[in-house]
Amino acid sequence: MRLVAGCARGDDFRPWPAGPRLWLNETMAAAEPVARARDLVVRRSGHIILDDLTFSIARGQVTGLLGPSGCGKTTLMRTLVGVQAITKGELSVLGLSAGHPRLRARVGYATQDPAVYTDLTLTENLRYFGTVLGLRGRRLTEAITRTIGQLDLTGLEGRVVGTFSGGQLARVGLAVALLGSPELLVLDEPTVGLDPVLRHDLWTMFHRLADSGATLLVSSHVMDEAARCDYLLFMREGRFLAEAAPREILAQTGAADLEGAFLRLAAHPQAAPQAAPQQAALQEEGQP
Amino acid sequence: MSAALAPTAPAAPAERAPLVSWALTQATARRVLAQLRHDPRTIAMMLAVPSVLMILLRYVLNNPMALNRFAPEYIGVFPFVIMFIVAAITTQRERARGTLERLMAMPLGKLDLLAGYAIAFGLVACAQVAVVLIISLTWLGVTVPGSAVPMAVVAVLDAVLGMALGLFASAFARSEFQAVQFMPAFVLPQALLCGLVVARDHMTPVLSWLSDVLPLSYAVDAMQRISASASWTAAMSADVAVILAFTAAALVGGALTLRRRTR
Repeated sequence: MRLVAGCARGDDFRPWPAGPRLWLNETMAAAEPVARARDLVVRRSGHIILDDLTFSIARGQVTGLLGPSGCGKTTLMRTLVGVQAITKGELSVLGLSAGHPRLRARVGYATQDPAVYTDLTLTENLRYFGTVLGLRGRRLTEAITRTIGQLDLTGLEGRVVGTFSGGQLARVGLAVALLGSPELLVLDEPTVGLDPVLRHDLWTMFHRLADSGATLLVSSHVMDEAARCDYLLFMREGRFLAEAAPREILAQTGAADLEGAFLRLAAHPQAAPQAAPQQAALQEEGQP
Repeated sequence: MSAALAPTAPAAPAERAPLVSWALTQATARRVLAQLRHDPRTIAMMLAVPSVLMILLRYVLNNPMALNRFAPEYIGVFPFVIMFIVAAITTQRERARGTLERLMAMPLGKLDLLAGYAIAFGLVACAQVAVVLIISLTWLGVTVPGSAVPMAVVAVLDAVLGMALGLFASAFARSEFQAVQFMPAFVLPQALLCGLVVARDHMTPVLSWLSDVLPLSYAVDAMQRISASASWTAAMSADVAVILAFTAAALVGGALTLRRRTR
């Protein structure tokens, strides 16, 4: 629990400022996906990177985007946050088309490389990005304190980020993504190169965030992280091999683990388990 | 529904956001200045290099008459060159490190970013010009016919122009290496054509025409006029107007070349 220890106050600890569960229970809108793509194609300098993808991402879940390097994970994520233009098809995020200006404060994005100012201190970085996200005064200070605690960066506030270790630097990038309490968090390989304890703590935090109503899309090329997700998108060469909960994928492929399942699916793509997204979302809802 | 899910999430921006947000411009300027503050060597170089070059010029010419004739032009050119390269590299670095993409995915206007840079580097330019003017007018014995204020103002405007052109040029650089090479590619031709080496009316028609469309020519022109006349003239106003127009055009051009989305 090292990651959350920074700001944990016993049972009081909530990674997100309030209890949106209330809202989830009140309406059935939880089944309404946070993102929905139809026949999404992205082409970059003549190459097809995303090849006719249709999918949806359910609210309040950790969805894993798993696949080898170069399969299009980053491009898909960049398309979701609106920095990659769409060649063909549709992509809606939180009810608006991807890249809509009103989404910019509601979607958090952490790139593979930390993308922070290495010549500024941790607090200076968070203060600037927080201001850009529209936070001011006390709300800004609170958001900075909260994210520093969430990512166990307490004590490093006044240090120049360029002097941080790789793992610390990666967490600064995540802290910026968490600052504005976004409804959708898009995290590109957030656990690469981190020590196992830290990785475990991060995944615990991802699930806490999801429990409090945020939606997470987390990419990874490491198959042992797949089992930690509520729902999986298996990707290869710009297409999805499978799109289902980990249990379903194991059941339908008959593989012992998810790595084995990926291999079987890569060999026989036609046998891909495709849970209807709506159905899957409802199934997950029904879980304890 | 966003209120229920994330109560501290910022209010959705208005349908039509203002073209430039003062709060975000100011935050960006502060951030750029904070970056410089963590790099004292760069600050020292930005403040000292123009002055050191002026001192060098004084001893190279070694003639008070010649110094008085040429010093004002160089006071206009040195800060221009330094600001061009600093701005081009800084923005190129912002692209390479991914912070630009992060900002473009956030609710920051392109003009907020550029205006923030303009203000931060404008303030540095003020300090830079103050140092070089004080040293030139006291120690080096350069004299101006009237007040030193017009010269200071035009020198700062020249520096800001250099910065704006640097921001614009960096859009065409794919790497920091290319951005550095833009200095000789964009700035040295202007330095040759602006009247520093040969008076502009002695150039062949083609070169004279080229000189007329390059911004640095007006910067040098304004400094020449200021050093020749005790009072402000209409011709100086015209030069300043051209400098300001080039600065604005470069900033707008910079905003247009910033892409929120890659194709």
